[in-house]
Amino acid sequence: MPKPFTPKIVTANALLEGDVIYQTLTGWSRRIEEAEVLTDEAHADLRLIEASAQTREVIGAYLAEVELDGSRPRPAHFREAFRARGPSNYAHGKQQSKTQPRT
Amino acid sequence: MYHYTDFDQAFLRERNAQFRTQVERRIDGSLTEEEFKPLRLMNGLYLQLHAYMLRVAIPYGTVNSAQMEKLAEIAERWDKGYGHFTTRQNIQYNWPELRDVPDMLDALAEVNLHAIQTSGNTIRNVTADHFAGAAADEVADPRPVAELIRQWSTDHPEFQFLPRKFKVAVTGAAADRAVIKAHDIGLRIVRRGAEVGYEVVVGGGLGRTPMIGKVLYDFVAEEDLLPTLEAIVSVYNLLGRRDNKYKARIKITVHENGIEEIRKRVDERYALIRPRFTGLDQQHLARIRANFAAPNFKVADEAPYQWARQHDPAFRAWSETNLAEHRAPGYAIVTISLKAHGATPGDASARQMRLMAGLARRYGHDELRISHEQNVILPHVHKADLPHIYAALRAAELGTANVGLISDIIACPGMDYCALATARSIPIAQEIATHFEALKLEHDIGPLKIKISGCINACGHHHVGHIGILGLDRAGVENYQITLGGDGTEDATLGERVGPGFSADEIVPAVERLVMTYLEMRTEPAESFLQTYRRLGLAPFKAALYPEARADAA
Repeated sequence: MPKPFTPKIVTANALLEGDVIYQTLTGWSRRIEEAEVLTDEAHADLRLIEASAQTREVIGAYLAEVELDGSRPRPAHFREAFRARGPSNYAHGKQQSKTQPRT
Repeated sequence: MYHYTDFDQAFLRERNAQFRTQVERRIDGSLTEEEFKPLRLMNGLYLQLHAYMLRVAIPYGTVNSAQMEKLAEIAERWDKGYGHFTTRQNIQYNWPELRDVPDMLDALAEVNLHAIQTSGNTIRNVTADHFAGAAADEVADPRPVAELIRQWSTDHPEFQFLPRKFKVAVTGAAADRAVIKAHDIGLRIVRRGAEVGYEVVVGGGLGRTPMIGKVLYDFVAEEDLLPTLEAIVSVYNLLGRRDNKYKARIKITVHENGIEEIRKRVDERYALIRPRFTGLDQQHLARIRANFAAPNFKVADEAPYQWARQHDPAFRAWSETNLAEHRAPGYAIVTISLKAHGATPGDASARQMRLMAGLARRYGHDELRISHEQNVILPHVHKADLPHIYAALRAAELGTANVGLISDIIACPGMDYCALATARSIPIAQEIATHFEALKLEHDIGPLKIKISGCINACGHHHVGHIGILGLDRAGVENYQITLGGDGTEDATLGERVGPGFSADEIVPAVERLVMTYLEMRTEPAESFLQTYRRLGLAPFKAALYPEARADAA
């Protein structure tokens, strides 16, 4: 039996700043909580294709596994947790400026 | 110090101008990422976890004060005020924005620095003994030949698309401080009678399949070196595997074909190309060598040094660990530790870079070095000036007396920055350093090299650490494997894996058990961890790491 599809989000890096970004229903956000949660495999694949096509805004789009806290997505793997937070040795990245402008 | 010629400067300007337009074309959409990626990598620009990363080459680890100040300026102007010195004598900026990178490269070019071939399947930054030109035990300064190799390999038309990356290291001394046996090509300057030549080692490397390099030629005369190198890389270019990235390094080519077969092919190729080397390279090498003339060493009274050693215990402790023997009377080599307990190994703030540059200008004949062990060296300092230097370093949190000790840890950026990493390295290094600092055991433990990599690619050289730590992802949790008995010197040895890995919470206590076992088992304080390990083997350390297994067996 195929493995059941687990919830995912589309994530990438912003072309100009390199920041970690998440696909939302309407565009991109720096905050994982605002990411569009994808629970259907075919729809997820489609959203990834749409994201990857935006070559002037984003680089390296892929589907990342999430866990749900109510309806809000949380990183399922520690790598995604680090991407969502920033490095552990300095309060840089997303820890530095909680209110970064949205793209 | 090599001085750029007009040709060098024009080359760099043109290259930077090309990249500027490539960045513009990426931003305006004329280039896709697929098209742009090889171009940015050729210029040292990576995309990492949180941001872009710019890797700048510091050829053979040598910089002057103006270059170090420029590195500081770049860190402040376009990054977050610091840089990270790496195990390949590069500096990495972790937070550049794409639009700024061409300006950063232009700023680097102002002081004859660049990021060319710091990525991609090319010949990478040529590294060398960080004590080059200063060490008491040196046959000859390895930097002139390293510079020759840099110029030969930069934009070499035949070697821009090798099967895989290619790393060359050179040492001029019998004591290997450049880990030459873990490089694709390692060169050691040797003397045979009156003649100076090169021992050529090939096929070393760490990573997924660690190998100690093998001697291809035990003596190559100086005028034959460049054609020999060209023949080796040329044979590898054709013979190296392109079907499997994990089998593409020359270490696998040598392993699969055997050193005799490689030698036969290199000899054939050499015979073919040798006539093309008509001696121009040797004339050029002579010009390069003139750039590396030793400074005018001064003569001064060592009394201030002796006085400080007698009256200042902190200075004495620092002078015991952070100084090395210099070839000139009255001089010392200073290693500035970038490993303050709890700091990120290899990181220096812009302020610290400026301070080190200032010390080099005032006391150090304007020279600094970056070591593969992620420290900064003042290679030429008169002992009379050491008390001033120490006071200045200490005030800038650069006075840690720990070089060669347990907290002088090599750590790759790991999953705090690197897109390839499988676990974090930096926090483990920070915890080990602060833990043993709190125990006040560091100086009693003595020489001990801990090296940490956050993935199997082994940028943290864990295979050649006395204690090596490899961070992996085990079922979605960070897990750390220990190897013991590795050695990166002329006695190069790969560490032995002890057993199952440890969680992030368990790894520091595990290291402590290893160290306590060593302290119990050593015959005398002068017997180092590595010597004790070699005398006793794995068993007592394994028992200390896995007490439950011992209980089961009883």
